[in-house]
Amino acid sequence: MVSQAPQLAVKAEALVKNFGETAVLRGLDIELPTGEVTVLLGANGAGKSTLLRVLSMLTQIDSGSISMFGADIAKNGPATRALTGSVLHSPMLYADMTVRENLMFFAEMYRLQNIAERVAETTAQVGIEPRLDHRVRTLSHGFQKRVALARSLMHNPELLLLDEPESGLDNLSVARLGRIIDDYRSSGRTVIMTTHIVEHALELADRAIVLNYGKVGLNSAFPSRDKDEILAAYSSTVTAQ
Amino acid sequence: MGSLAVIWAIGRKDLLLEIRNKDVVVAVAGFALLVLIIFTFAIDLNQGNAKLVGPGVLWAGIALAGVTGLNRAFALEVEGGTLEALMLAPISRDLIYLGKALGNFLFIAVAQIIVIPVFAVLFNLVVFRWEMLAISLLTTVGFSAVGTLFAAMSVKVRAREVMLPLLFLPVVTPLLMAAVESTGHMVNGRSWSDMAQWLQLAVAFDVAFVVVSAFIFQHILED
Repeated sequence: MVSQAPQLAVKAEALVKNFGETAVLRGLDIELPTGEVTVLLGANGAGKSTLLRVLSMLTQIDSGSISMFGADIAKNGPATRALTGSVLHSPMLYADMTVRENLMFFAEMYRLQNIAERVAETTAQVGIEPRLDHRVRTLSHGFQKRVALARSLMHNPELLLLDEPESGLDNLSVARLGRIIDDYRSSGRTVIMTTHIVEHALELADRAIVLNYGKVGLNSAFPSRDKDEILAAYSSTVTAQ
Repeated sequence: MGSLAVIWAIGRKDLLLEIRNKDVVVAVAGFALLVLIIFTFAIDLNQGNAKLVGPGVLWAGIALAGVTGLNRAFALEVEGGTLEALMLAPISRDLIYLGKALGNFLFIAVAQIIVIPVFAVLFNLVVFRWEMLAISLLTTVGFSAVGTLFAAMSVKVRAREVMLPLLFLPVVTPLLMAAVESTGHMVNGRSWSDMAQWLQLAVAFDVAFVVVSAFIFQHILED
């Protein structure tokens, strides 16, 4: 009997992205199996956020290829986007619409059925029900970040992309985020996140990738490598700046 | 949920935000009214020259005002990062374009509902006719189609307030000609058949630019 290799959530080969003269991704290769929580580490400018934007299909690569769940994302744009949920730096919400209006609008964009039910479920998941009818403009940055997280969860994506999701969150919200990430792992889905709170991320993650000037410096699945070694690799990229 | 429902949801969302903020309609209607008022002072209006210059003043005013509003409508979407949120959704980019164009169509149409009666009073011309409705709808479709595309193109440019009119006004010139000529025929009491060729030009312009702009828009969204 031949055991089947686990399907890859993400396979990226030779990714190159330049912004003008600046090379941000320089021939980056990664393979991430489904059902894992991966944390991307690296100093500022290492390419973490750009990689997440590329995987979210907001930024186009100059060369290379990316497949998600076995499909080339360049040829399967809308279908691939249906499988991913993203929380990036900015909450990306309509400031003059209420939380409920924002979520219902984006539910329509994701062509969801039973929109009211999905909004109720995800807002309970991230704990934002008390302010459903508040305009986004009146909310703190941390609360807006939670609304953005609710939006990214509404369509039950197979792959969650989180760019420093804990920034602006209070301790309670960070703990809730941790539970959401754990739920994702236990249901066999995949999370890729960036963070600067390294110790906390290593507690959550199954794998750490340290990026160094747009290339993979270290790609380590736990517990194959000591977390201290990952911390040392991360620290060396930060101090090298 | 079908494509039409997605387009309508984007247009409806823009309308809701506009009702709350009145950013675009006030800018478009206000600017167009100012142009009309300035021309009524600048020109010694009488029954003869009102019919001659009135249509040109009306549509030039609406075109210039439209640029202001179109700029604002897209800038709001980019400043809040919400355009990227739309791009994350599993919908094709042309639906985003058509939704945004629908929103812009509604804003310019509402502005015209304010501007055209004022034009009728200032220039003492009879414009409440079916011909005017047809001309107005066709012109607004074309303005929205081209304006949405060029607003998306210019929004990432530092000097976008300059860039949009430079791109928009030359391209809509054939549509402006069609609107001015057919409005001229209308105020002079001519029949539909007299203005048919201009209306056909407007229809052809609208069809061509809706299709081409929807295609180009998806390439503009990708950086």
